[in-house]
Amino acid sequence: MRVALFLTCVNDALYPDTGRAVVTLLERLGVDVDFPAGQTCCGQPQYNTGYRRETEPLARRMAEVFAGYEYVVTPSGSCAAMVRDNYPRLGARARAEASGTELGRAAEELAPRTVELTEFLVDVLGVTDVGAYFPHTVTYHPSCHGLRLLGLGDRPLRLLRAVRGLTLIELPGAEECCGFGGTFAVKNPAVSTAMGLDKIRNALSTGAEVLCGADNSCLMHLGGLLRRQDRPVRPLHIAEILAATEHERTETVMPA
Amino acid sequence: MSRTFLGMPPFPKAAAVSTRNARLRANLTRATHTIRDKRARAVAELDDWAELRQSGREIKDRTLRHLDHYLLQAEQAVTAAGGTVHWAADAAEANRIVADLVRATGESEVVKVKSMATQEIGLNEALAAEGITAYETDLAELIVQLADDLPSHILVPAIHRNRGEIRDIFRGSMARWGRPAPEGLTDNPAELAEAARLHLREKFLRAKVAVSGANFIVAETGTLVVVESEGNGRMCLTLPETLISVVGIEKLVPSWQDLEVFLQLLPRSSTAERMNPYTSLWTGTTPSDGPSNFHLVLLDNGRSDTLADQVGRQALRCIRCSACLNVCPVYERAGGHAYGSPYPGPIGAILTPQLRGLQNEVDASLPYASSLCGACYEVCPVAIDIPEVLVQLRERVVEQAPGHRLERAAMKSAGWLLDHPAVYSAALRTAGKARGLQPRRLPLPGPAKAWSDSRDLPVLPERPFRDWWNRRDDRNHGHTGKDDAAR
Repeated sequence: MRVALFLTCVNDALYPDTGRAVVTLLERLGVDVDFPAGQTCCGQPQYNTGYRRETEPLARRMAEVFAGYEYVVTPSGSCAAMVRDNYPRLGARARAEASGTELGRAAEELAPRTVELTEFLVDVLGVTDVGAYFPHTVTYHPSCHGLRLLGLGDRPLRLLRAVRGLTLIELPGAEECCGFGGTFAVKNPAVSTAMGLDKIRNALSTGAEVLCGADNSCLMHLGGLLRRQDRPVRPLHIAEILAATEHERTETVMPA
Repeated sequence: MSRTFLGMPPFPKAAAVSTRNARLRANLTRATHTIRDKRARAVAELDDWAELRQSGREIKDRTLRHLDHYLLQAEQAVTAAGGTVHWAADAAEANRIVADLVRATGESEVVKVKSMATQEIGLNEALAAEGITAYETDLAELIVQLADDLPSHILVPAIHRNRGEIRDIFRGSMARWGRPAPEGLTDNPAELAEAARLHLREKFLRAKVAVSGANFIVAETGTLVVVESEGNGRMCLTLPETLISVVGIEKLVPSWQDLEVFLQLLPRSSTAERMNPYTSLWTGTTPSDGPSNFHLVLLDNGRSDTLADQVGRQALRCIRCSACLNVCPVYERAGGHAYGSPYPGPIGAILTPQLRGLQNEVDASLPYASSLCGACYEVCPVAIDIPEVLVQLRERVVEQAPGHRLERAAMKSAGWLLDHPAVYSAALRTAGKARGLQPRRLPLPGPAKAWSDSRDLPVLPERPFRDWWNRRDDRNHGHTGKDDAAR
């Protein structure tokens, strides 16, 4: 099976280790991975801040860059939700404004092929044990768009539970938003920070070594708070845990 | 009550203050989590909740689509049953109508049933300006009124107060408004309730005029419906001679069969009860039973404009249950006053800017008072997609409201960069090379400072992912040299 990796701009620029982990993991499971170089950003920050028209060329680019792949796999619940939920809306609005039907067609064609990483593993490949080894205590924060828009449910938890050596500790108040929210983090920094501090307090209360998530943007916010407070919990994308094996520890993974 | 929401700072500024108020935060966290958990249990009892929710949504949408028809039907039915119907285009007109009606009775006092519509139009302040005193009789509204405070929640207006504060308010202010608080009043909830009961009883027995809102109007018979927990509403609706009800035009339901759906959805979503203790229904007037004069003031005040917006109109489905407030992580931290409106929380963030417009800074800040986490949509009993409306309103803000020029310019240049992958890749590499210069926090004002006041900036990697990929791809395919200069 050949899939396109839709890495997202945040991961490309700031979290290349997550991208490498996705490639390692998928190849280990026998999937051919392609990274179309024309990809940049899905337009989520623009769209969610009120710049719908500025999002349109990015949606067109996405549809063009990922044309022809059976699956477009992304390690971000919120970027997957952007394509699946909001691209069809962009198309519908364009149609309603009589600015053409091509955007709508492109969006509707791309949306159903776009899948988040844990969905792809569990639903498409049908695996929960991906052969990973990670001898650490982990707590999992389900980011809102994966949880509520994609309905990822317990897929990430099933994947983590199957990792050898990993001890999963339930995160209190797991379903509450971490306070990132894209430009919300800078437009409402006080509330965003208050929400984030409550989230890391809950994470610290578990005593886990790792705060795992499936969206690096949320982990960037939580990680920034943790580093500022000099707290010992390490934020880590789920792909990096699932890619780790006894023989091949991803270089970013925990110090031995 | 002299305080109003006028002149309050925009949401981020107000929230920067309220999030530091430890007592407020503790009161709100305790209260919202308690109601939130109870609601979840009450809703889980019904196997057909999803179907009820869908019905509620469809009934409201159908009613709104044919609102002109149902309004005229309701007017005819109310009139035929002995009531008088008044139409108010805005707050000023509604206040004028109510004040004139009270004046005509010769009275200078009214008792009030808890009502969001009269909060929205500032009726108490308008009546006070005409020498008419309005007494709030809902317990939480009474607390707010006695404290010269503002409501901070749709269902529980005094949610920001704990019982110790309420005892102090009763002791300090009840005497100014009527019967004083009993000697030695403690913060025991039963004692506080008894103090309120005694204080209010003399008002109920004396009042000749009552003002209410309504949760629903059944168009086919012109019947108004008030659901409540305390029984103060029943007192106001039955004892006085004159009853004036101020009701938003979106409160209609076509038939009694439709009402049945909402009488299931509302209590479970709102107070987490299977059924609310008091449901009062009245149709015009009935000889020698209840008020002999009944006036219905149908209020537009921005609702027709809201109805014209194809995305935003879903806010008019709202039945004011406040489930969205109780699950909202932003409301929980910022508190209700930060929203600068009697409608706080997620529903307020989409309702207030649509009813009042986006001209002032407070209203233009409200669509951004959300992380778009979607918890509100999940619990809404009439399936209002609040995040969808928030994003749509943000689009209107950046088009209409001033102060977004710099942001728009930044979005435009980012848009150009993101549509030119070669330049974009070069920019990523340049950033990686300059990573040695990267500070942990930034002193300059703007988004980077807003980020780094509380959070370290992410550490830039040496190279973006795409460089690793290209190098690997070259190796796999035996290429060399491609893009080498950039590495």
